[in-house]
Amino acid sequence: MICEIKYNMKILTEHIDVQGIETIDVFRKHGGYAAVEKALKKMTPDEVTEEVKKSGIRGRGGAGFPMGMKWSFLAKPEGVPRYLVCNADESEPGTFKDHYLMMKSPHTLIEGMIVSSYALGANTSYIYIRGELMYVATILEKAIQEARDKGFLGKNILGSGYDLDLHVQLGGGAYICGEETALLESLEGKRGNPRNKPPFPAVKGGLWQCPTVVNNVESIATTAWIVNNGGDEYAKIGIGRSTGTKLISASGHIRKPGVYEIPLGITVEDFIYADEWCGGIRDGHKLKAVVAGGSSVPILPAELILKTTNGENRLMTYESLSDGGFATGTMLGSGGFVVMDETTCIVHNTLTFGRFYHHESCGQCSPCREGTGWMDKVLYRIEHGQGRQEDIDLLVDVAKKIEGNTICPLGDAAAWPVAAAIRHFRDEFEWHINHNLKIC
Amino acid sequence: MTNTQTIQFPADTLEKVHEIIKRYPEGKQKSALLPVLHLAQAEWKWCSPEVMDYVASLLNIKPIEVYEVASFYTMFHLEPVGDHVIEYCRTGPCCLMGGVEVYDYLKTKLGIDTGETTTDGKFTIKEVECLAACGWGPVFQIREKYYMNLTTQKVDEIIEELSK
Repeated sequence: MICEIKYNMKILTEHIDVQGIETIDVFRKHGGYAAVEKALKKMTPDEVTEEVKKSGIRGRGGAGFPMGMKWSFLAKPEGVPRYLVCNADESEPGTFKDHYLMMKSPHTLIEGMIVSSYALGANTSYIYIRGELMYVATILEKAIQEARDKGFLGKNILGSGYDLDLHVQLGGGAYICGEETALLESLEGKRGNPRNKPPFPAVKGGLWQCPTVVNNVESIATTAWIVNNGGDEYAKIGIGRSTGTKLISASGHIRKPGVYEIPLGITVEDFIYADEWCGGIRDGHKLKAVVAGGSSVPILPAELILKTTNGENRLMTYESLSDGGFATGTMLGSGGFVVMDETTCIVHNTLTFGRFYHHESCGQCSPCREGTGWMDKVLYRIEHGQGRQEDIDLLVDVAKKIEGNTICPLGDAAAWPVAAAIRHFRDEFEWHINHNLKIC
Repeated sequence: MTNTQTIQFPADTLEKVHEIIKRYPEGKQKSALLPVLHLAQAEWKWCSPEVMDYVASLLNIKPIEVYEVASFYTMFHLEPVGDHVIEYCRTGPCCLMGGVEVYDYLKTKLGIDTGETTTDGKFTIKEVECLAACGWGPVFQIREKYYMNLTTQKVDEIIEELSK
């Protein structure tokens, strides 16, 4: 292996394969709910928030915004309820880590929900889960009932005087609801149209216009460990501003697809080739390209995903993956790590992503609604042998006109993968056009 | 307006609806819309205008508020569907794992295209976007159940089982 890992520890998945971990008794045998006892009996809400700030953890949904800072924006006017909403609307292509965590170990999330809600002063919290995962919603509801029966939810939890109700809300199948204000609209029983910001949810633009924090499943689940071990201890894992561990969803042409919890800071090369993670490219094939952080981040060819243009090993950190900007870098994003070998047709893969964003655009902003439609159509005709030479620059032009011109980041998310595929694999688009047929 | 008299949840489902409404502050019962639409679809297979009007009456909101929501979210069927709706993932990672071939096989086997229902009313095929199971692709979903790591052989087994 190339790098020495400082802390090869698992925070969220240490006991995930233990038989019966989805039940509260087994979960508690492995240290579960200790964080609730500690936080509610020995710490003030502000002390919990302080530890989360010290941990340096950045939002694990994709944007990477510091979680403690997000919490500190929460307005606390007297007599107005505050809410914590867990974003379990995991829909970014390539990403399935939250699905895995909730399905296998629902109490990991619930414990985190309790300590996070306590820190924020929320007495009612919601887990908004994508509707397709209704079987996982059932698992969560069962676990919530167990937690309630044991006195970890409900009135006067563990005699602390703190009350919390926790509910699971099903979505209806819409990627856009992973955007926090669209999620709140959906939770209010409306179409998932993102809201203009400001006002920000944490101030007064939240759930039913009340101050609201929306955090990803993995971020919230991690707070229990931070309460138990302290923010400083968490910050020792990782490198620089990329602290802690990250769940990476690994898919595509690798020997061992699955979800891996890695300490931030291992090399991309180790992650792809080492046996404890992806285990290398499937037999007889070689690496062609990687989408490192979910479908919206720029695709990189093998040589750029393994090393930066300075010749340094690329690391699994926010900073290293984005080294070189979009010209030669990408983003950690949600950790949806899609690996492609030399058999992959980049044009076809880009078409599936273009089609995805066209389908998922809420239609509110014209650049996104129209632009994603045009990109989908143009990609389709290139893929099907009807492309024109000027189509490549047309795609780049449309992508540029969407980027930065929409209410929410879906527009950027739609533009980046198309622009990056052309940036790094222009020859494949040209080949399709010149030969008037599909490569694959 | 359509007649909603004939459409009524069974008592235990109605109780569930009232439980769901209690999850939100008073006057915010509209928040129950998506969960209740899921219950309605489980009961009647699809969200007909009559079903949507009934849901509106339960939540004391206008029918249009239900229509605009049901038409926004892809999980709600606004046309009649078969007994088993097979929703396959057409997004990148599933395609990398041979999804296109498996889905083509499924369509040929059932003799229908995406969006169609078999003449015996048993199966409907729909294509959907990423189901958050990319490492276990190709994937399709039938109701709440995920079928993962699909192969043509697995498709045969699943269809045989569901045809019984």
